[in-house]
Amino acid sequence: MNLHEYQARALLKAAGIPLPDGEVASTAAEVEAIARKLGGQVVIKAQVHTGGRGKAGGVKLATSPAEAAQVAERILALRINGLEVKRVLVAPTTDIATESYVGLIIDRESQRPVFMVSPAGGIDIEEVAAETPEKITRLAVDPRYGLLPHQGVDLARTLYSDFTQARQAAQIMARLYGVFTGNGATLAEINPLVTTPDGRVLALDAKISIDDNELDRRPDLARLRDESAEEPSEVAAREAGLSFIKLSGNVGCVVNGAGLAMATMDLVKYYGGEPANFLDIGGSSNPEKVVNALRIITRDPNVKAILFNIFGGITRTDDVANGIVEATNAFKVNVPIVIRLTGTNEAEAFRILQGVGMTALSDMDQAVEKVVQVARGRS
Amino acid sequence: MSIFIDQTSRVIVQGITGREGAFHARQMLEYGTQIVAGVTPGKGGQTFEGRVPVFDGVAEAVKRTGADTSVIYVPAAAAAGAIYEAADAGIRLIVCITEGVPVMDMIKVIPFVRERGSRLIGPNCPGLITPGASKVGIIPGNICQAGRVGLVSRSGTLTYEVVNHLTRNGIGQSTCVGIGGDPLIGTSFVDCLRAFQQDPGTDAVVMIGEIGGTDEQRAAAFVRAEVTKPVIGFIAGQTAPKGRRMGHAGAIISGSSGTAEEKLAAFEAAGLGIMRRPAEVVGLVQARLRR
Repeated sequence: MNLHEYQARALLKAAGIPLPDGEVASTAAEVEAIARKLGGQVVIKAQVHTGGRGKAGGVKLATSPAEAAQVAERILALRINGLEVKRVLVAPTTDIATESYVGLIIDRESQRPVFMVSPAGGIDIEEVAAETPEKITRLAVDPRYGLLPHQGVDLARTLYSDFTQARQAAQIMARLYGVFTGNGATLAEINPLVTTPDGRVLALDAKISIDDNELDRRPDLARLRDESAEEPSEVAAREAGLSFIKLSGNVGCVVNGAGLAMATMDLVKYYGGEPANFLDIGGSSNPEKVVNALRIITRDPNVKAILFNIFGGITRTDDVANGIVEATNAFKVNVPIVIRLTGTNEAEAFRILQGVGMTALSDMDQAVEKVVQVARGRS
Repeated sequence: MSIFIDQTSRVIVQGITGREGAFHARQMLEYGTQIVAGVTPGKGGQTFEGRVPVFDGVAEAVKRTGADTSVIYVPAAAAAGAIYEAADAGIRLIVCITEGVPVMDMIKVIPFVRERGSRLIGPNCPGLITPGASKVGIIPGNICQAGRVGLVSRSGTLTYEVVNHLTRNGIGQSTCVGIGGDPLIGTSFVDCLRAFQQDPGTDAVVMIGEIGGTDEQRAAAFVRAEVTKPVIGFIAGQTAPKGRRMGHAGAIISGSSGTAEEKLAAFEAAGLGIMRRPAEVVGLVQARLRR
């Protein structure tokens, strides 16, 4: 789960990391009042879960409260990469001498938290990694001991030759490590970490992603989820206990298991179609899940045909068949359904479907070829 | 022959009195796995299915039964604790089926297990099966058949799909291992490839990867350097969008790394047979074994 910048800033601030004041607002009038309080010279930043805010006009300066209101009006009317801007962060402008990058990730290869720091800050770190990888210093932290004081200082000295500044940066890194592990983050990034002309070191922007698996045991973080920033069908799916991602094709997919779901999407593409979604109904055989899955998929007007691909291991295929029958009784499914079932209780499943005039296939390739043809015939 | 488990494996089930644990313990018993004990704190002294003693802790279960393998079905919040306990009790092979274990737990659990010389498989995995000998986890026994092809995968049902093709075409398996769909897991593709390479009962290996991370790329480099047996590979998620988690916590393209193209290119460079779809496994295995 990605946090908004203003939420990430609050976590950093609580840990004692120095950052400029700032408040979040959702109307131009609020922005004007905050700007007045902050002295008039402010930066206004769109709070959306996407990169490239600056290029899209979502980050602007204002020199007076009145101008701040005007600028906020424009930013709050923007859509950035399809996402509506509902909130902005208002912060005082900061005089900047240098900009660097400090980030922490979970590195899958070393299976440790890894610091990445670079004196090339303020730009996308992936760009730096691709073009000037020598400007990035990495350090894997042993999670049993955390970031040791000398490690922090050594890292900070790759950013600053001035020892006072290096010491400030080292303290910021130690606190960032605390925020990272203390909140179960998978990413925590300060970009840029700046120095001011009078020698202070400050975090100007913050980005934090929380491990979804932490949210059950951390209701305080789970509450930070901004559902207005998400695709409504994905919110509905999550509430129904389904793992769902909306895509732009016309073949709806209902599959048990994430790997098989991906392989099914790939096979749709292989046979010349385009998947409308990723959907994993999980391992349990609850017919209710099938009903919810069909409800969510049929709401997408792009969907011209729906494919069920169920490999019954733990999942009982007769339960899935019952779910399909239940769903088609509960509401009208206006698009054709192609069903592939194999495995546990398949004979019973085929019988249930035949009882309502539906048929099923047992081969995945056959089913996918068929659903692609059906979808093509209807678009 | 096989890797990691065989008919001599003495298995305990952590969480045997829970819904999932009980269901799968029954399935394993039915398959012929030697389930020697169950563990549920506070339920020690009970007997499961009239024949499996239940203990309060793993150390006691090991002492009383000589167990060497454990399979974990406890809820995510208790999973890290269950793995620590198993490793501390001297269990050699710990299989964690549980999904949803926080990464912040795993960064400490993995080195703990390794320092004690144990092997962890998973979490968020279907476990493993040596057909005809032992099954530890949730892979359906009826779709497998004893034979000489090893299989290793990050997924569950996709593995079943591929195994099913093999079995229906008379190609049996030495061992099938589901290593799990999380970003941090105890046993990697390379670990399994090394074991299959050393196993005299395995003639070829099928490897089922997916988007996210670099485990498949490292496996490809390992195959090129050290594996003499034929290896056939598949990557799921060629149509997955960037930056989205595809069900598995580990199946995510971060920035521009971990894509299917990148992994398939690594497979190709290492000379693996590449399956473009699951059904192709049969032809590829047959062709490579004939060479």
